[in-house]
Amino acid sequence: MSEFFTTTVIIATLASMIRFAAPFLLAALGETIGQRAGVLNLGVEGVMLLGAYAAYYVTLNSGSALSGVLVALLIGAAMGVVYSVVTLVFHAAQGISGIGVFLFGLGFTDLLFQKQVGTPISIDRPAEFSIPLLGSIPWIGEIFFQHSPLVFLAFALVPAVSWMINSTTFGLNIRAVGETPEAADTLGVKVNLIRAAAIIIGNSFAGLAGAALVLNTGIFQQNLTSGQGFIAIALVYFGAWRAFGAMGGALLFGLVSAIVTQWKTLGIVEGSTSALAAMLPAILTIVVLVLVSRRIGAPAALTRPFDRAS
Amino acid sequence: MPAIAVAAALALGAIMMLLLGANPVSGYGALLSGAFGGPDELADTALRAMPLMLVGVGICIAFRAGVINIGGEGQIILGAIFSTVVALAVPDLPKIILVPLVLLAGAVGGGFWGAIPGALKAYAGVNEILSTIMLNIIAAQFLSFLLQDLLIEKGENGIKIQQTERLSENSHLPLLPGGTRLHLGVLVAIGIAVLGYFLLFRSARGLRLRSVGHNPDASRYAGMAVKKSIVEALAFSGACSGIGGAVLVFGSTSHRLIAEGGASGFTQSAGFNGIVAALFGGLHPIYTVFSSFLFGGMLTGGVELQRQEQIPAALVVALNGLIVIFVVSSLKLQKRLATRLEKEAAS
Repeated sequence: MSEFFTTTVIIATLASMIRFAAPFLLAALGETIGQRAGVLNLGVEGVMLLGAYAAYYVTLNSGSALSGVLVALLIGAAMGVVYSVVTLVFHAAQGISGIGVFLFGLGFTDLLFQKQVGTPISIDRPAEFSIPLLGSIPWIGEIFFQHSPLVFLAFALVPAVSWMINSTTFGLNIRAVGETPEAADTLGVKVNLIRAAAIIIGNSFAGLAGAALVLNTGIFQQNLTSGQGFIAIALVYFGAWRAFGAMGGALLFGLVSAIVTQWKTLGIVEGSTSALAAMLPAILTIVVLVLVSRRIGAPAALTRPFDRAS
Repeated sequence: MPAIAVAAALALGAIMMLLLGANPVSGYGALLSGAFGGPDELADTALRAMPLMLVGVGICIAFRAGVINIGGEGQIILGAIFSTVVALAVPDLPKIILVPLVLLAGAVGGGFWGAIPGALKAYAGVNEILSTIMLNIIAAQFLSFLLQDLLIEKGENGIKIQQTERLSENSHLPLLPGGTRLHLGVLVAIGIAVLGYFLLFRSARGLRLRSVGHNPDASRYAGMAVKKSIVEALAFSGACSGIGGAVLVFGSTSHRLIAEGGASGFTQSAGFNGIVAALFGGLHPIYTVFSSFLFGGMLTGGVELQRQEQIPAALVVALNGLIVIFVVSSLKLQKRLATRLEKEAAS
């Protein structure tokens, strides 16, 4: 255990906390926007997988991580369009259709990976970018300011999303259709249009989250996300449907993942025990859900479809 | 209407095959012949359908009671662990006692793992979708731990494989006559489906569960125990999946609990595919038996698809996802169509 408590290791662990937090954060921010508009998207895991595979495949063949990220974003947006049609037009039960999206993403990415790539080849991870001045602060710089651009983007989106939800007309409309869609409708707000926009933005973020994940691991594999998309949904509850709350949750889960990985590398926990350690994020999620579930209310119209006729 | 939805999903599947450079006609042909082409294929299909039926019947119970159980995977794993421990603890009991005992242990394990999210939802307001997914992750890691540690096969200093020792001969599910691989587990699954039907539609408890699922507020007002019903529904649901875990272990050809290729290798992702089967079966236990057979066929046929057309069997998982999306999307249309027909008939 003593080898863990050295400055170098602790700094490295905290830096990887930020890296591990980024995919959770992107996915949770996207889900927050959707849920504030009253739509539960359980397909995040599937969209993340699609985004991750797209980013991996494009980067592998073009050599450009940027193109990979952009394609992941577009795939996410496209899935957003699909999910909008499924939930807003066809009123499919949101808890179940999301599982369909998950299964589709799981199977389809596995299929494409086996068919198009076959043997796993790793891609170059994008170079870490050190923010001038801030990046050269000892310790702090290494932890917070030397990361790949996508990680910075994830954290920059937190105040942006918070501002969008709380201080723009669009954000006001999002909250209105998530709480009382009927009232919003009488005021002339196009409920399903606002919801579609929220879903598409949210899914784009999920696509980006997948890209962030695969650019961090450098390799794709079947079920790469292994539940991270589902955890991200739990983080929305944890963060009380607020962007900064989601960030807090993402950092907590980033920290747990970073510590578990670091301990495994250092051999502090070995073989079988590391499987027990890998249970921690899931157990933590349940504990957190128990703590927050009764205290904070979800958007009142969450999962409730809106239909003018009815 | 669900039939049209499935046709649409299969059409998309055909497009996927085309894009991957295979002929959809021969692709689906391979799928069909691999699934239903002969007695051995049919037996394999029935064996793949067996865990889907068990999970699916559990899903019928949970969904009818208004709780969404995504935790089939974890409940299968816990059922497998409980039943394996029993078989390891009392290997010498006679078969006539040990086989029912391991099935019971599976039900207890899965039921326990289902009761947890039930209690969390009823008494702490925790969303059961999220808690069951987390319990899946916990169960998979716990299985991996057990198979590397407490339950690993004790052998000479060789390569450590993540598996238990071969379980007692007396615990193996007996083969059915006919010379195929069919074993007692398939009959157990069908029996549980019949029991599930009686529980849901022919008992006072089932009436309570369904009315809680239909309208919890009205049920509470009518004096029904809503919280207890939620826990019960998830416990029953988990117990069905848990039996699925037991029949997967004691009906396997290796007769061991194995985590090779991750937990999903042993569960065959039945925890998720069972949801598809139950939805397609209209959340009715008996229809779920038939739809499980259909989806079991897709899974066995997927292997043949891979062999003949070089299309990875993962296509079937993607197709299952599409089928879920299309089927749940078709429900509103179906309702609309029904009301329109009624109006027209009335006028």
